[in-house]
Amino acid sequence: MRRFVIGSARNLIESSRQKYQFERSILSSPYRFLSSSPAADSPSSSSSSSSTMAHPVSLNTINPKVIECEYAVRGEIVTLAQKLQEEIQTKPDAHPFEEILYCNIGNPQSLGQQPITFFREVLALCDHPAILDKSETQGLFSADSIERAWQILDQIPGRATGAYSHSQGIKGLRDTIAAGIEARDGFPADPNDIFLTDGASPAVHMMMQLLIRSEKDGILCPIPQYPLYSASIALHGGTLVPYYLDEATGWGLEVSELKKQLETSRSKGITVRALVVINPGNPTGQVLAEENQKAIVEFCKQEGLVLLADEVYQENVYVPEKKFHSFKKVSRSMGYGEKDIALVSFQSVSKGYYGECGKRGGYMEVTGFGADVREQIYKVASVNLCSNISGQILASLVMSPPKVGDESYESYSAERDGILSSLARRAKTLEDAFSKLEGVTCNKAEGAMYLFPRIDLPEKAIKAAEAAKKAPDAYYCQRLLAATGIVFVPGSGFGQVSSWHLAF
Amino acid sequence: MGLKALDYETMNENVKKVQYAVRGELYLRASELQKEGKKIIFTNVGNPQALGQKPLTFPRQVVALCQAPFLLDDPNVGLIFPADAIARAKHYLSLTSGGLGAYSDSRGIPGVRKEVAEFIERRDGYPSDPELIFLTDGASKGVMQILNCIIRGQGDGVLVPVPQYPLYSATISLFGGSLVPYYLEETANWGLDVNNLRESVAQARFKGITVRAMVIINPGNPTGQCLSEANLREILNFCYQENLVLLGDEVYQQNIYQDERPFISSRKVLMDMGPPISKDVQLVSFHTVSKGYWGECGQRGGYFEMTNIPPKTVDEIYKIASISLSPNVPAQIFMGLMVNPLKPGDVSYDQFVRESKGILESLRRRARIMTDGFNSCKNVVCNFTEGKSLLSTGHSKAFVFCDFFSALLLGYHTGAMYSFPQLRLPPKAIEAAKQAGKVPDVFYCLKLLEATGISTVPGSGFGQKEGVFHLRTTILPAEEDMPEIMSSFKKFNDEFMAQYEDNWNRSRM
Repeated sequence: MRRFVIGSARNLIESSRQKYQFERSILSSPYRFLSSSPAADSPSSSSSSSSTMAHPVSLNTINPKVIECEYAVRGEIVTLAQKLQEEIQTKPDAHPFEEILYCNIGNPQSLGQQPITFFREVLALCDHPAILDKSETQGLFSADSIERAWQILDQIPGRATGAYSHSQGIKGLRDTIAAGIEARDGFPADPNDIFLTDGASPAVHMMMQLLIRSEKDGILCPIPQYPLYSASIALHGGTLVPYYLDEATGWGLEVSELKKQLETSRSKGITVRALVVINPGNPTGQVLAEENQKAIVEFCKQEGLVLLADEVYQENVYVPEKKFHSFKKVSRSMGYGEKDIALVSFQSVSKGYYGECGKRGGYMEVTGFGADVREQIYKVASVNLCSNISGQILASLVMSPPKVGDESYESYSAERDGILSSLARRAKTLEDAFSKLEGVTCNKAEGAMYLFPRIDLPEKAIKAAEAAKKAPDAYYCQRLLAATGIVFVPGSGFGQVSSWHLAF
Repeated sequence: MGLKALDYETMNENVKKVQYAVRGELYLRASELQKEGKKIIFTNVGNPQALGQKPLTFPRQVVALCQAPFLLDDPNVGLIFPADAIARAKHYLSLTSGGLGAYSDSRGIPGVRKEVAEFIERRDGYPSDPELIFLTDGASKGVMQILNCIIRGQGDGVLVPVPQYPLYSATISLFGGSLVPYYLEETANWGLDVNNLRESVAQARFKGITVRAMVIINPGNPTGQCLSEANLREILNFCYQENLVLLGDEVYQQNIYQDERPFISSRKVLMDMGPPISKDVQLVSFHTVSKGYWGECGQRGGYFEMTNIPPKTVDEIYKIASISLSPNVPAQIFMGLMVNPLKPGDVSYDQFVRESKGILESLRRRARIMTDGFNSCKNVVCNFTEGKSLLSTGHSKAFVFCDFFSALLLGYHTGAMYSFPQLRLPPKAIEAAKQAGKVPDVFYCLKLLEATGISTVPGSGFGQKEGVFHLRTTILPAEEDMPEIMSSFKKFNDEFMAQYEDNWNRSRM
């Protein structure tokens, strides 16, 4: 601020000297209305002014990075689907299906999944604490939800859930989350390392903003990837450095592939800054083996890369032979601490068994950076003041759900297990169904909420797609939508272009 | 220690340039002191519920029911929730695509956007298109999205008032653009002079900057002034002539404490002016649930409305919004409730009106208490106008110059929730600040904090003319705490001034 005040003062001082030059410049500038009075506006002058000048905000004058970035999950296919949905509403017979089935996005509660009762009880009480004093409330809410609501409210200054909180989130809630992380991993977590955000996505954007200085800065991203990463990198003007997951080995991640891509990009003059790992994977669903994770941590340490660990699907693991291990746990178990590895871990309330997408709750745990970097992260977070309080509360509930012995434990665990086992069954059912289709092969979904079947498109189909000026898998998805009302995302939207896939 | 990918030196330079004083040095120091056990009164941010303002009951009832829809099936729900809250909860749930837990449309729930459009039409008398209204996680997110669209690089300038709410300077820094300041005139009630605008633009252009947009904050932050209709017309003409998109930050439109100058939206004036202005001038208007008498800062609910933005550009803005999937759904419901309030006859109507009026009148009173309290402080110049509407008795409408640090806040206080008094720091104080390596108003505010626990934001955080100092405080502390706060402030101020005053000639100007 001081710099800008001094700068403007300098301008003021210089202005009298410049006045002569300034007035001359007006006469020759295209902005001939500079000195006119408001009453001079006329239709004729308006048409000439708009023909010589572009609108300040139009396609050819807006930030080109905005134009460049793409986000297929809510891209063209969804716009088309929404249009069809409107058509069905006005003319039910317009299409050979009755409804649109949105399978493009991990939005479980829009497809009938119920929220966890205990979580919603606590949130409702925190939204309207006035009823906590009423005896009738006891009859409507479980005793432990009332207790938890009181506990949370006591951690909020003035019990004011409508007030901006600390920019990293309410301290007491961060304490709870840190304790939850420690219980999960067996290694301590510091509440001051936690930044609560409106979903995990804003946290990802924040890190990209910090890391990317120019197009010479590269971020290693898995292909296929959840397109938040490609979109965010494009928006911040960086370069996406792809590393290819191996479909033949269940979408495995090889460190040799990481090394190869790193070397290639360095030879092109790119400074690779970070490695994004999505575990469990999106859209692939693979759960990394611990050995694999150790190799990845070692790689990041050796090469001086920030490890960005997207772990939002940590509660979605469907196969008994695999288990989720956080990268934090893995690095600490290798004896690596703050000084050894820079690691940012992302978690969200949108996935798991809770599926609370609309709440926009999440956090990043930031470890291995110096205090000066931390200050900058805090500063950027503070410009938006804080994330929504209800989402913060929910994040703390997700990281410390009811325990054995709590009144709500049984109903909570029944709901949780019901949802998870249903997801596992659906994954298996769909995987089997896809594998039986002609020209389709489907890897097992070990985790997350998606399947990423491969479709072998005949030559003629590919030609038809070309004629329609669409990627072959996008063409397939459009035809599928028009015939059935089912919305899938073409695999090319996730970066997968060496073969064609669908994501849903 | 091995190679480090992210350290201070290798970080995005734009991030380093960002400053946001509202939660900057003073706030951090205040938080430290609070941890050490000192009682702190935070007046650094417009955060009413943190200072005791109670949330309105009805919206909280509705959202609680939406959070826990199983309550709606319980026969006893009527014992603690009124019928209209129950009905409204059902209404909003029916508008969602699966309750509060599902991502909504990336632009926000269509039904809520329709309610916003209807509100705008009622307010302004012109229809508004819900397709051009995007709900956001607070107005700040919307501002950032729009500026990100506009700013291509350093060559793009955005006109920003001085003083301003530092979201604008921070965001422009973050996106690598150029801030083009235009000075508000303190001696004219922080009014806007079009000649200042022209000069700012000309100077920017001379430096090779393409001025793209103009920000107005109406009612003003930190200054509290409401723009007159004439002023708004001048601004719109100016934007038309100079081909600028107007960004109208109108988040304080409910915080008006006098009747002479009501809030008039930029859009209304734009439409009133007819073609070519109404067809050609591009406008984005911002609103929020955080201010007004709702004060629901923690919900993070806001919207922006676009006027005369071409369809393909709207699509691009939609695309960016879609990357974040959707704004948080509970706040969307708060927004719906705010723009579609209760009506006479509704069960909860009387309580709602009572609570709302109570808050607004209390804000008015607190502005006055602060004034009377500051009245007895030394060494501060105040200007105030429109005294008749705001002071208790006897003052005429004429300009009154005084060397009391008085209701300037009040005088300027035609709206918003802040006071921005001018501090006439003696030369010795400025020297002491320099010795301490601090900007003079930061120096004053830090000393104020250490002595009294009152946490303010120094005027340099908002921008001011060189050599002129201010601080910003809110009028939000609880009424019953005000007298003590004011006497504490006076004690500090008078001692500070006495300490640094040295035969200083007290002149009127």
